[in-house]
Amino acid sequence: MNIQQTHFELFGLPTTFDLDTKKLDQQYRLLQSEVHPDRFAASADSERRLSLQYATKANEAYQTLKNPLTRARYLLQLKGIDTQEESNTAMPVDFLLQLMEWREALEEAAETANADELEALKKKLREAAKTLQSTLASALDIDRDDAIATETVRKLRFIDKAQQEVDQALEILES
Amino acid sequence: MAYSDKVLDHYENPRNVGSLDKADTHVGTGMVGAPACGDVMKLQIRVNDDGVIEDAKFKTYGCGSAIASSSLVTEWLKGKSLDQAMTIKNSDIAEELALPPVKIHCSVLAEDAIKAAIADLKQKQAA
Repeated sequence: MNIQQTHFELFGLPTTFDLDTKKLDQQYRLLQSEVHPDRFAASADSERRLSLQYATKANEAYQTLKNPLTRARYLLQLKGIDTQEESNTAMPVDFLLQLMEWREALEEAAETANADELEALKKKLREAAKTLQSTLASALDIDRDDAIATETVRKLRFIDKAQQEVDQALEILES
Repeated sequence: MAYSDKVLDHYENPRNVGSLDKADTHVGTGMVGAPACGDVMKLQIRVNDDGVIEDAKFKTYGCGSAIASSSLVTEWLKGKSLDQAMTIKNSDIAEELALPPVKIHCSVLAEDAIKAAIADLKQKQAA
């Protein structure tokens, strides 16, 4: 294991958005057992430290690649592109209008304790996320359109957040 | 995290919530969103024939600071010319509401919404 490797290289995977998640899981487990700090309990301090560093890197790499949003962001980062999720507030108006409609529906469903409506919204958001993920696959792997990929990462971040809020609202209803 | 009294006041009694007629040539609509926190903000202004803002409305889905920031700027915008409105800075908003550093982006969202609304209005009036 080399600390300079990219997350993809680390697991012997091609640098693409479309990912063999089974292989990622397998490779992660393999690597984890190789670098697990317990295996270095009797080793020298320096080796123990290194194994801990590797285990941390493997874990971080796995978490990043497993999630489509963070995987896409990471692919863009490798190309030196910042998705500006903290600083840039300009988004396509039709997307923001749609999002506002969903947020409105969420607020109303939460207030009226309407679980059916929340489930329906959850389904809509899941479909939206799926569509965005296939956009990412074509933008990153086929068309090499970094502008579209960046915008799609930003959209997916909004959808992710909305999904979390729907889940929270459902949890509150169920408790 | 504790909100300042001013944030709480705007959050509990938001000023100027609502919509203006998007199709009106005297109305500018600004829509912005912050991916990092998922907040969405719509800010609308209506100007009279002298170019003075006579009404402002907002609709924001987000945290208390985002709602308070948009509520505050709708109050500030009324009676201002477009040039004056352009000078409103996120730091003024953050200072007025005593926003903590992690909530500065809410005031940035409000400043960007003002700029987007003015740009929309200018584009409409030039057409």
